[in-house]
Amino acid sequence: MSSIPHDHAGGHAHDEHAHHPGGIMRWITTTNHKDIGTLYLWFSFIMFLAGGCLALTIRTELFEPGLQIVDPEFFNSLTTLHGLIMIFGAIMPAAVGFANWQVPLMIGAPDMAFARMNNWSFWLLPFAVTLLFTSFFVPGGAAAGGWTLYAPLSVQAGMGMDLTIFAIHIMGASSIMGSINIITTILNLRAPGMTMMKMPLFVWTWLITAYLLIAVMPVLAGAVTMLLTDRHFGTSFFNAAGGGDPVMFQHIFWFFGHPEVYIMILPSFGIVSTIIPAFSRKPLFGYASMVYATSSIAILSFLVWAHHMFTVGMPAAGQLFFMYMTMLIAVPTGVKVFNWIATMWKGSMTFETPMLFAIGFVFLFTLGGFTGLVLAITPVDIQLQDTYYVVAHFHYVLVAGSLFAFFGGIYYWLPKWCGRMYNEAMGVWHFWLSMIFFNITFFPMHFLGLAGMPRRVPDYATQFTDWNMVASIGAFGFGLSQLLLLYNVVTCIRSGPPAPAKPWEGADTLEWTLPSPAPYHTFETPPHVH
Amino acid sequence: MDRIKVAQRVGQAVRLVAKTALLAAMLASALMASSARAALEYNLQPPVTPIGEQIFDLHVYIMWICVVIFVGVFAVMFYSIFAHRKSQGHQAAQFHENTTVEVVWTVIPFLILMFMALPATRTILAMKDTTVPDMTIKVTGYQWKWSYDYIDQGFGFVSNLKTPHTQIYNQEPKGEHYLLEVDQPMVVPVGKRIRVLITAGDVIHSWWVPAFGVKQDAIPGFVRDAWFRADKPGIYRGQCAELCGKEHGFMPIVVEVLPADQYAAWADAQKKKATAAADDPARIWDVKELTARGEAVYTANCAACHQANGKGVPPAFPPLDGSKIATGPVAAHLDVVLNGVVRNGQATAMVAWKNTLSPTEIAAVVTYERNAWGNHVGDVVQPSQVAAAGK
Repeated sequence: MSSIPHDHAGGHAHDEHAHHPGGIMRWITTTNHKDIGTLYLWFSFIMFLAGGCLALTIRTELFEPGLQIVDPEFFNSLTTLHGLIMIFGAIMPAAVGFANWQVPLMIGAPDMAFARMNNWSFWLLPFAVTLLFTSFFVPGGAAAGGWTLYAPLSVQAGMGMDLTIFAIHIMGASSIMGSINIITTILNLRAPGMTMMKMPLFVWTWLITAYLLIAVMPVLAGAVTMLLTDRHFGTSFFNAAGGGDPVMFQHIFWFFGHPEVYIMILPSFGIVSTIIPAFSRKPLFGYASMVYATSSIAILSFLVWAHHMFTVGMPAAGQLFFMYMTMLIAVPTGVKVFNWIATMWKGSMTFETPMLFAIGFVFLFTLGGFTGLVLAITPVDIQLQDTYYVVAHFHYVLVAGSLFAFFGGIYYWLPKWCGRMYNEAMGVWHFWLSMIFFNITFFPMHFLGLAGMPRRVPDYATQFTDWNMVASIGAFGFGLSQLLLLYNVVTCIRSGPPAPAKPWEGADTLEWTLPSPAPYHTFETPPHVH
Repeated sequence: MDRIKVAQRVGQAVRLVAKTALLAAMLASALMASSARAALEYNLQPPVTPIGEQIFDLHVYIMWICVVIFVGVFAVMFYSIFAHRKSQGHQAAQFHENTTVEVVWTVIPFLILMFMALPATRTILAMKDTTVPDMTIKVTGYQWKWSYDYIDQGFGFVSNLKTPHTQIYNQEPKGEHYLLEVDQPMVVPVGKRIRVLITAGDVIHSWWVPAFGVKQDAIPGFVRDAWFRADKPGIYRGQCAELCGKEHGFMPIVVEVLPADQYAAWADAQKKKATAAADDPARIWDVKELTARGEAVYTANCAACHQANGKGVPPAFPPLDGSKIATGPVAAHLDVVLNGVVRNGQATAMVAWKNTLSPTEIAAVVTYERNAWGNHVGDVVQPSQVAAAGK
């Protein structure tokens, strides 16, 4: 395996003083994987705060029964846009940001395989989210049918839905380009000696994620295109009166939607599998079984979509098949959790911020996994589908899951990215506040769902008041705690103490062989991996 | 490790536990103080059907298995975090592979899952078996109300939210069954196998009564079914469980389960009412009667979108007060109400009311709209006119 020889443009050698435009043009024209990774990460952080503001408006309205600050239609727009922005604007771009920074550094490649396409796949995103935010101001308001956009409700909606459909097309194109880039980079640009089974697990999880993205983003594009033609061009894909079927939308949507869940969690598995060995000072336990477990999860993710639809009224055989398949996912997921714990077992652990977030991830993600298992049991799901129990479940796997792992990853690699150390005490505070407030926010939602509170309602019966108040208080605590992360990162970049090349004793991947901060161009001569 | 270290560690642990307990106690007392209104709800509602009971037990069973595994797995992790830390001087072992262990922790979870799947399978087969019902009721979801048709018995009615807007907008205290009360509940006899046929008239809704363990999506253009047998008389409350637009949170389901004799009396009264309510379309109404009837029809069917004050919620739901249609020619006004508004070949939220309202009701509501608020057209629309326009 050899790497593509680096083309020294203009015949002069690159050095610390890289030749690129300064100011804003540097960021608009950049083809450098580190710059683009930075863009992705800042973009996703801004979206995280924006989506968080929508969430806090929702929680304010739900603090008490009755309608106080928003009307019901706008409330539905808030839940819809909160979902779309957090998924497509925050979680997914953050994962691509990590891939951009870390995949080349971890496999010893000089850059991503398609540097220019890399620029384009990022710069599509600001346009897409601009469409989403603009939709709040068009006649009829933003899409209000939930992020799942179920027909025929979404056929009824105003032009905000058209903007949403277009935004999804653009974000899908961006994701597909990003995935092609990541797959090509991983398959072709690994340093000599780095066989597939020597790749860091983060690289493996992203390779599998990228395949999932290429498989399902076109499916989503198809679903929303059919919606568009049903809305404007007289087709009847989802209209029974014209021979269509509203439930078909759900089948197509969730054939995208379930793999999408794993798209959002697999990169986090990779980050956690990098952090835990580093701070346990012990190699990852069961590397090969981790690779196989991740692959099995990816394959099974295509066979479970209808567990989101147990209440649409499918035949018993369908319910049984999808229940069994869904339960089966617990097996490879369990293997991963056991492997993480076995990695810690008899290690020599320290608990810096990245490790705290990784442990928080394992603990809370597993809790979310167990509620997933409860929901997999079809008869129980019939009671819990579309209630706050489901809201609790997916926030455990997406916030305490994906997001906590990203937080851990940011603290872990920040010294390498900007050459300075963050404030450890503040990081620990960020962890504990996030951990406590997250649980105050989302744990009571299990009770609300069990007791019978539907999701996506702006008002509720009075017996749900107490837990809603607790959840709203927790949400504000959680939201405000994230400003600590912002402050910590900004002060780290501007004035943190210089970081050594390898600040973490147990870290052993390739990026730690480079100086901190990682130079603008790295691995122009590929390293040798033994 | 020496004794002092152990003592220190125990001391640390005790302090940690004490702090956590204090925090929990503070949180709990805060909750108790605020829970004067209603008891805190933690679990599924008490079931009153055989399926509901199976689901309740299944949930308890699965949850305890999960709790046991969770505690076991994380006891190991926290022990490791406690014992295998660098600050305790623990040296890292370097093992990183063990095929036997991997096989064991793949096979054991698989076996546990089989024990979960078995009872679940039994319940699924029982809940999907909708054969040999004692009675069939057709349930239709509309934006934003339910209608119930007792198809064996020839009567039916629409069931609307009864909670007044003044409670929703905090202008008066909320009642005991805030948002979970309707003007006319579905009524069924106790101990009978009831099959519900569920469909929708516009978008997808979901008919859900937690105490029955029934939740079935109502799909426009398709009929799905479910069944229940309520073994205890009482009033059971649920809500629409599928996002269906603006008033999704305001379309409750109330089912009253009556002893057989009381049910028979109720059904009898309903049949008589149905006959009486079949308004004679040839009858000529006077203005006062018609606007009074019209206001009732408007409140039940139109006010959710166009608002009680006729101001609407533009642009999605246009105002009627001073609108061109409500103050223009009668024929155009009738056309909109009868046939709904179709834009670009797609139905809008303004549906064709001729499917759900009688000519008398439409005559009443149109007369009301033309003479309410700031509208003073002064004309009266008779049911016979509506019947003629509807042809």
